[in-house]
Amino acid sequence: MSRAESVVPSSRRPRDKGSHSRRSSNVIPHVVLCVGAVLMVGPFVWEVLTSFKTFAASIHVPPVLVPNPFDWHNYLTVFQTLPFGSLFLNTVLMTLARTAGQVIFCSLSGYAFARLRFPCRGLLFGLFLSVLMVPSQMFLIPQYQIIQHLGLLNTVAGLSLPGMFSAFGTFLMRQFFMQLPVEMEEAARLDGANPWQTFWHVMLPLSRPGMLALGILVAIWSWNDLLWPLVVNTDPAKMPLSAGLASLQGEHLTNYPVLMAGALLASLPLIVAFIVFQRHLIQGIASTGIKG
Amino acid sequence: MSVSVDKSEPATVATDYRPTPARRPRRSGVHRGEAWWALAMLVPTLVGLGVFSLWPIFQTLYYSFTTWGAFGGHEWSGLENYRSLLSDSELLQALLNTVIFTAVTLSSVPLAIVVAALLNRPGMRGLAVYRTLYFLPVVTLPASVALMWKLLLSGDYGIVNWLLSLLHIDGPYWLSNPSTAIYALAAVSVWSSVGYNMVILLAGIQTIPRDYYEAAELDGAGKIRQFMAITVPLLTPSIFFVTVITVINSLQAFDLVFLMIGVNNPALDHSQTIVYLFYKTGFIDHDGGYAAAIAFVLMLAILVFTAFQFRLQKRWVHYV
Repeated sequence: MSRAESVVPSSRRPRDKGSHSRRSSNVIPHVVLCVGAVLMVGPFVWEVLTSFKTFAASIHVPPVLVPNPFDWHNYLTVFQTLPFGSLFLNTVLMTLARTAGQVIFCSLSGYAFARLRFPCRGLLFGLFLSVLMVPSQMFLIPQYQIIQHLGLLNTVAGLSLPGMFSAFGTFLMRQFFMQLPVEMEEAARLDGANPWQTFWHVMLPLSRPGMLALGILVAIWSWNDLLWPLVVNTDPAKMPLSAGLASLQGEHLTNYPVLMAGALLASLPLIVAFIVFQRHLIQGIASTGIKG
Repeated sequence: MSVSVDKSEPATVATDYRPTPARRPRRSGVHRGEAWWALAMLVPTLVGLGVFSLWPIFQTLYYSFTTWGAFGGHEWSGLENYRSLLSDSELLQALLNTVIFTAVTLSSVPLAIVVAALLNRPGMRGLAVYRTLYFLPVVTLPASVALMWKLLLSGDYGIVNWLLSLLHIDGPYWLSNPSTAIYALAAVSVWSSVGYNMVILLAGIQTIPRDYYEAAELDGAGKIRQFMAITVPLLTPSIFFVTVITVINSLQAFDLVFLMIGVNNPALDHSQTIVYLFYKTGFIDHDGGYAAAIAFVLMLAILVFTAFQFRLQKRWVHYV
């Protein structure tokens, strides 16, 4: 579908600095964008402020803007209530496993579809595309049963396994490999390199940007994934943060300062990673249109 | 992508390769056993997707024709589940909720177009900063988004109702009132998808040549006119794409319902989405057969909505 069509060459970006429309003032656009930005960031600011409030201050009407006194204990309470360390570890391990799995496996399969010739290639690729169209809920019940049969319920392996393979990732990497120049590859083949050597020594080094984009998308999707962890993991110690926070909500029904502290801690790593890898992520999304 | 396998070309390696400038072969030096290499590289993904995606589709389809007992095991019951679905008021309500949720979430598209257009103005500063701020909700853990909005929307001490009270409006209990809950969820969904849509639209908008705007300006067209006559028409392929993705994602909404509404909420019936109903049926009530039928309905709904949009696109999408 149109995923391929939206691949936009970022080099073609007319930015005429001296253009004559520059004279027009940008004050009103800035005002509009700032109002929007306040709406976008306001909830985060409120989250941070609330996480330092006492319980009484958090439910005070009219709202207390600045926490006074500054209460750090909410962060301690999070650690006392939730096995936060293990939740964090589970999330990191699951994210690493899925990301590594998809980057490796999808690079391999994407390359095969992009450059190697084999029987039934079109048919097989069509099959991949059709899997891409099916909503993941169609997989969920049998996936749960498979993980159950493997005895992997309530394990990090069970959390990660089905997410290590991806039709979308294959598609993305195939698109990426197809836009790389053929010449170097041909040269390698003429020198007697087999397809694996060509892939490993020539193509892989060239495909780092594609792998990075895929990796970031998979990492975001993994970190934030909720439905699958809820299904396979019922033991709080084996949950990732996404599902673990939901159970914090149950225990501290309205203790908002503690909830906000937990929510902030759980989302902070990904937000920091986003700010670091922002450029790659934006490019990845702009060229694929998928957040994973 | 042209895959022309030249049968006449000898499948040999570099040793006897002679350049033939007259007929430059598309792919020279076909490696013997290329298909085997391809197979080896495809195996992990083929097996993984076969086991965890392809087979489950058929298995789910099969389950949708079975009835599950309370103690495990299932038996064939034909169209029983689908017959019940048709008269299941909870499911119909969930479908309606999902459609409302999707429709409201779609308002993030025009908002994102405006933001992208403003960011693309010549001489606009702070693009990276704005983009980061607008994109923040996209990378934030859904549980975190849900919790912060639960606090903001709280009936008694939420800041939203406090602001409304300044205008002498008595705000409802947004998340437990059956007539507001789904709209509150959808509003949060708009908030968290504007940034994502904006990034895609901005990439599209940046490919529109500046000359068009300059020519329009020379002809005396105002900013609004330029936006409607140049930006929007030339952006329609990106807008179409963003719309399709937003619809597909919204039809599968689950996280916000699970995290912000929950099982004991009086508004649950009027705010649960299809996927939430699927989860509840399959994994809380352990009625896998019925849940499978719901999943199948969801897949059909997505197919129908997407096909519909692809049909409609001829009317309004301009490919240059």
